[in-house]
Amino acid sequence: MFNEQINEAIDNCEEPTLPALPNERLEQVQAWGRASSSVGYVFRPTTVAGVRHVFEVAQENGRSIGFRAGGNSYGDAAMNAENIVLDMRRLNRILEWQPENGRITVEPGVTLQQLWEYILGDGWWIPIATGTMKTTVGGCAAMNTHGKNGWNMGVFGDHILAFDFLLPTGELISCSREHNEEIFQAAIGGFGMLGCFTSVTMQMKRIYSGLLNVEAVTKPNLAETMAYFDSHLSDSDYLVAWGDAFARGKSLGRTEIHRANYLRPGEDPHPSQTLRVDRQHLPEDIMGILPRSIIWRFQRPFWNNFGMRYVNLVKFHTAQFKGQHSYQQPHALFHFLLDYFDWNKPFGTGGLIQYQPFIPKENALAAFNEILRLCQKRGFPNFLTVLKRHRPDPFLISYCVDGYSLAMDFRITGRNRQRIVALTRELDEIVLAANGRFYFAKDSTLRPEIVRASLGQERIDEFIALKQRCDPEGLIQTNLWRRLFA
Amino acid sequence: MNVERPLEPKQRAIIVGASSGIGAALVRHLAWQGYLVAALARREAKLQELGEQVNRAAADGRVLTYTHNVTDYQIIPSLFQTIVRDLGGLDLIIYVAGVQPRVALNEYDFEKDQQMINVNILGAIAWLNQAALRFERAGMGNIVGVSSIAGDRGRVGSPVYNSSKAAFSTYLEALRNRLTRHGVTVTTIKPGFVDTVLLENAPKTFWVISAEEAAERIVKAARQKKQTVYIPARWRLVSLIIHHIPSFIFRRLSF
Repeated sequence: MFNEQINEAIDNCEEPTLPALPNERLEQVQAWGRASSSVGYVFRPTTVAGVRHVFEVAQENGRSIGFRAGGNSYGDAAMNAENIVLDMRRLNRILEWQPENGRITVEPGVTLQQLWEYILGDGWWIPIATGTMKTTVGGCAAMNTHGKNGWNMGVFGDHILAFDFLLPTGELISCSREHNEEIFQAAIGGFGMLGCFTSVTMQMKRIYSGLLNVEAVTKPNLAETMAYFDSHLSDSDYLVAWGDAFARGKSLGRTEIHRANYLRPGEDPHPSQTLRVDRQHLPEDIMGILPRSIIWRFQRPFWNNFGMRYVNLVKFHTAQFKGQHSYQQPHALFHFLLDYFDWNKPFGTGGLIQYQPFIPKENALAAFNEILRLCQKRGFPNFLTVLKRHRPDPFLISYCVDGYSLAMDFRITGRNRQRIVALTRELDEIVLAANGRFYFAKDSTLRPEIVRASLGQERIDEFIALKQRCDPEGLIQTNLWRRLFA
Repeated sequence: MNVERPLEPKQRAIIVGASSGIGAALVRHLAWQGYLVAALARREAKLQELGEQVNRAAADGRVLTYTHNVTDYQIIPSLFQTIVRDLGGLDLIIYVAGVQPRVALNEYDFEKDQQMINVNILGAIAWLNQAALRFERAGMGNIVGVSSIAGDRGRVGSPVYNSSKAAFSTYLEALRNRLTRHGVTVTTIKPGFVDTVLLENAPKTFWVISAEEAAERIVKAARQKKQTVYIPARWRLVSLIIHHIPSFIFRRLSF
């Protein structure tokens, strides 16, 4: 109905009847990758009543609402150009915590940082941790995030027990696997399109130490990397490989693998010391001199094809020189690699995008090799390549498969924009041919037909039908929704 | 049309005063360049015709039309927001609406004067204030005001037209001073004689250019983020001379 209103106004050139929203709310809202931005009217309520009020403002003013919190999606999933952006970050209370069984109930604006800092001391950790601790529980639920333990712990939604959900119609419902299951399965991973999480109850993971046993090893190509993953699926808690996308020929897809395990009960002699929050923090400066916050300025000159070739080369050879070795590392330093320094800043004014396909294990090796070769051939070897292992996820907007994902970061400039778009179109074909899937939190380049081909018309129809029920007026929209579905 | 593709940004423009003359030429030129254009004008029929013509011919550019009288000040804040929402964003706004009724050398007609002030400067302020607010928040944008070399000095021919354009030029300068620090460009265009309906009231004309050529130069100047531009450039020399003619001579001249 809302879209019809706009189209009518355009076709009939009628006098506008909608009042103006206050200009003081106007802000520039950016993708995390900074490759795109738009202007929105940002509202920041603190309570559910405040959220309801914003729904009313939207209805009265003929605007749509897009949810936002951490703003960590690489593309436009949390942007809503010229309309209302509902920033949920101020709904950030921890509502209930049961340290004896690890059940926690929080408001959606609670960040992962708040979460792990709260539960660590009692011997618990977040089962699925994103690469940055600045994501929020609501965001992780809406995008159904994954971590470095996808194949054995699944996705964020697998650890959600129940949540309260505010529909645009004003109804507040409770959802779980037994109650309102349809909405439970669709709102998790539903990228914020069905309504608003108002509280989320999750099961945390019991740990016996603030440290992980980490093993680092290098492998000369993707095939051997995947073979290593295969052989360690049953005896690892975390597996992740960083790849050098510049290496060619026999070294295509050479990686450094990190494999980590929790410490067993009793293995850590001083758990109450290692489980302290201040043992988990990244050092404020490098070697006591250089503050971490300005490091990106020194990285900037290397952030191009020429510089990154050598950065990757040095990184790989250093790892290779160290050889296979083991050490212990605090959880936060193992997981939150994007928080070491501002990863998005050295990319310059054009920003970065990430392309992360998920491909079934039988096709993954061939597809990823082809992708890496194609990127090199087109002159865009990606700057950061990360390989992870996953298992299929049971939710409606499903993106995980029994296979691997390869996350690739590309730098965007005014001049290469068109060519990178053309490259991603070619990559889309490779991924579809390999039965792959895409993940909306990272996406900036997909088109409706690609989403249809990978997700399947049936799932999309089911999701849209559910959206019609929850949001009959089409009040909730984001740039991503309009780009891929509307 | 409202679909935003992160790596394929569309350029969006508002033209105020679009049904004929330089405004219509601007709409055509920008649409041809691939812009999404919102065309505003008072005369609905002409505007519709322009919109249909351009949309038929355009490959990917698209024109939205809005019937609007710039003296309808109350509605401007909400109309601005509505247009920007329809466009899905805004990169460029060009205020080119202007009137110049024929004024005899010894005529003092307040009604004509008021009309010139309302359309040439008050309408401009009402529209460009909205654009300034938005662009300041967005940290980017291009404001273009089509003033006139006529504003450079008060002359015998049309005192209030001169005043309105002088006011416009000064207002644009003030906006420039306020907004440059926010990453916004404010371009003042000072055309000489352009072949439009406004030329009918001019006694003697020379160096006349077509509306299409004026539009091309305006868009180029905006793209290059120029500050003050004379169209064509040779008028800058004329302006320099006129500025320096001392009053005891100037007030005895008849132009």
